[in-house]
Amino acid sequence: MSPSPTAAPAIELIGIDKKFGAVHANRNINLTVAKGSIHGIIGENGAGKSTLMSILYGFYQADAGAIRINGQDTVIHDSQAAISAGIGMVHQHFMLVENFSVLENVVLGVEGGALLGRGVSDARSALKRLEADYGLEVDPDAIIEELPVGLQQRVEILKALYRGAEILILDEPTGVLTPAEADHLFRILGVLRDQGKTIVLITHKLREIMAITDTVSVMRRGEMVATRRTAETTVEELAELMVGRRVLLRVEKGPASPGEVVLSVRNLTVKDGRGVVMVDDVSFDVRAGEVVGIAGVAGNGQSELLEAITGIRKPVSGEIMIHGQPVAGFDAARLRALGLGHIPEDRHHMGLVLGFEESENSVLGYHRDGRYGRGPLLDLDACRDDAKAKIEKYDIRPPNCRLKTANFSGGNQQKIVVAREIERDPSLLVVGQPTRGVDIGAIEFIHRRLIAMRDAGKAVLLVSVELDEIRSLSDRILVMFAGHVVGEKTPDTGEQTLGLMMAGIAA
Amino acid sequence: MSTASVPLPNWITYGLMPFLNLVVAFLISGVVVWFIGENPLEAVKLLLQGALGNGEGIGFTLYYATNFIFTGLSVAVAYHAGLFNIGSEGQAYVGGLGAALASLALDHYVPWYVTMPFAVIGAAIFGAAWALIPAWLQAKRGSHIVITTIMFNFIGAAMMVYLLVHVLIVPGKMAPETRVFLEGGQLPKLDWLIALFGGRLGAAPFNVSFLIALVMCVAVWLLIWRTKLGYEIRTLGASSTAAVYAGIPYVKTVIITMLISGGLAGMMALNPVLGASARLQVEFVGGAGFVGIAVSLMGRSHPLGIVLAAVLFGVLYQGGDALSFDMPKITRDMIVVIQGLVILFAGALEYLFRPAIVRVWQRFGKA
Repeated sequence: MSPSPTAAPAIELIGIDKKFGAVHANRNINLTVAKGSIHGIIGENGAGKSTLMSILYGFYQADAGAIRINGQDTVIHDSQAAISAGIGMVHQHFMLVENFSVLENVVLGVEGGALLGRGVSDARSALKRLEADYGLEVDPDAIIEELPVGLQQRVEILKALYRGAEILILDEPTGVLTPAEADHLFRILGVLRDQGKTIVLITHKLREIMAITDTVSVMRRGEMVATRRTAETTVEELAELMVGRRVLLRVEKGPASPGEVVLSVRNLTVKDGRGVVMVDDVSFDVRAGEVVGIAGVAGNGQSELLEAITGIRKPVSGEIMIHGQPVAGFDAARLRALGLGHIPEDRHHMGLVLGFEESENSVLGYHRDGRYGRGPLLDLDACRDDAKAKIEKYDIRPPNCRLKTANFSGGNQQKIVVAREIERDPSLLVVGQPTRGVDIGAIEFIHRRLIAMRDAGKAVLLVSVELDEIRSLSDRILVMFAGHVVGEKTPDTGEQTLGLMMAGIAA
Repeated sequence: MSTASVPLPNWITYGLMPFLNLVVAFLISGVVVWFIGENPLEAVKLLLQGALGNGEGIGFTLYYATNFIFTGLSVAVAYHAGLFNIGSEGQAYVGGLGAALASLALDHYVPWYVTMPFAVIGAAIFGAAWALIPAWLQAKRGSHIVITTIMFNFIGAAMMVYLLVHVLIVPGKMAPETRVFLEGGQLPKLDWLIALFGGRLGAAPFNVSFLIALVMCVAVWLLIWRTKLGYEIRTLGASSTAAVYAGIPYVKTVIITMLISGGLAGMMALNPVLGASARLQVEFVGGAGFVGIAVSLMGRSHPLGIVLAAVLFGVLYQGGDALSFDMPKITRDMIVVIQGLVILFAGALEYLFRPAIVRVWQRFGKA
């Protein structure tokens, strides 16, 4: 669908500039998005994509620059102004009231008066019309928390359209979707475009950019470094533009040579905090010298499985053995002593204490160790020397072990965790979402480290919702769906096959 | 953009911001004083003179400050673990029992410096014991520590009144208090310390407890920032999920932290019971436990800040007494209003000026 060249562009950003203190988040950004097109914005974490879109949606005010919507100069001082200018946003984390129905969520904030009756019935007919126009089927009376994530996202899109959005901004929309759900989303976006809507897609997944966008802009360190027609560029070129140097997109690794069983899980059942069974009778082994990947859509029990193995959550029943020793119910400190390393899924809430100095985090979990001070005392100099060595070896930036951890970028924070866990030379390394929110340069580094661990004869258990990551790192892939391991596959299994298994359709 | 995440240099966070809060609290207090028809500048002069103008005033100021250092440290230690101990008042009250029992038992036989360690330990153990049940309920049952420690303040007060009226009272006397301790059960005055600066202590009850308080400041600093237990306490307070990840035992850490917190609160009793009145009386704590919350907040849970904040509140207490004596229109209640304003601005509204300061700093400070 080629946009008509005569029409005024849907979005024009002219010389947008934004500083947060010393951080120059957006530097003289110019961007033009044609009406009726899908425009992708890619860049590493901290490149300034989210800031730019937040300016467009009225969360922040630019220090300098102008915004034109449909050729009109527009001042967007809050999100209300953005909505009345016809801009809608679908956030990465949904802004839905979980125990409200679809209809109630759609009318929330635009109820049209003190009494609900009228607004709700108007909305019901409007939803029908939107459904017919764009193929956005959702049961208007379904409760949000009972809907799968893909449908919840559809409700977010409906909310924006119901408010009259002509321009739709989607922030990392596929992070929580199965490949099939993502494909469905892309079909919907295609229909929306064909009906004349303008779509801005923020993502760090190059594959999605290639699959769906018409044009793509690359951001790096607050600057817009390039804009390309998608048809005229390649994944390699975009990756290089994002990082500023050539990157290896695939991990180079030789065949695995699995040894003895290190981790053995038998008939494990785990419940979450609400008492729902999240892991149901799961059994598998991980051997020395192999990477076992667990694929699955977020929320199918992988997190609880990891937590049970690493001593954060007590399993209900079943056995976990490390080197043949039963360890179910052990706390994290005891497991570490047995040679477990754990890179947790959520570095902000688990792997790190963001308010601590870097050096304090580099001993978290190992702080009782004699090398960090005799008896009850904590030897800060020993901690700092240790931290400095890791900073050097893992190229953590800025190289300052006294800096507060919150002030490091996502990639460097993750490196702090990876360095801490790998440098203890564990015989079993359990890894959750190792590259979530991590920039491409650091992804490459972390992947190489994990493979190096495998090659050094360690057992590695990897959980990730990034199918590409699972496929490129694993020697064996277990697919989890609804708390069960629904099958084991080799890493050369097609994405479609794995996608169907993740959706619980085929085993 | 929220300004909450912008880093500021320490001299602004720990120096300028508390200072500005204090200035505003005093300005508003000044307006209040002016409203009731007194000269605010004159009032400030009288207050400072009363608190710091002579050896006796300083003695009283530091006597009050000693109370607040103990209770401030108590609140701060719990706060580092993410626990809001509102119960220092009750823990200090019950701690008084431990201190008094040591003095009653020993004062006939040994000099004060032999009694002192037993009194310190007795006060700490009784204070800690009073924190144990709320701590256990929090750790094991998830009962909120704010609620349980408040309740234990009331229970403690009732229990102490019962003991003083029915058990510890001197037979035949009307006053609900123990007998007066002999010299072997008292803590001596620090008149030599005031004399060192050329002042005279007079009737002020400034005593050895002040030195114990300073030792505890160093001990708390060591505990929080130089021990593995302190590291675990801070980890638990900053992120309970990270603490689980690191294998830090929640139940054990919560209970130990609260025992230390209660013990510090209990030691506060040394100052009024052994140092000032030489007997255990009802309601000797007099709200010092609650002032400790403000002192800890204002001192940013750091021992040095706590000493400074405690002295400030000591000035307000002693200066306020002097002020209400010299300016009859300014009653005791007015002084409480002024103290309340300081607590409001220094504690509850501690970040009132932060956004404005951040903006000024971003514009001019980054040269």
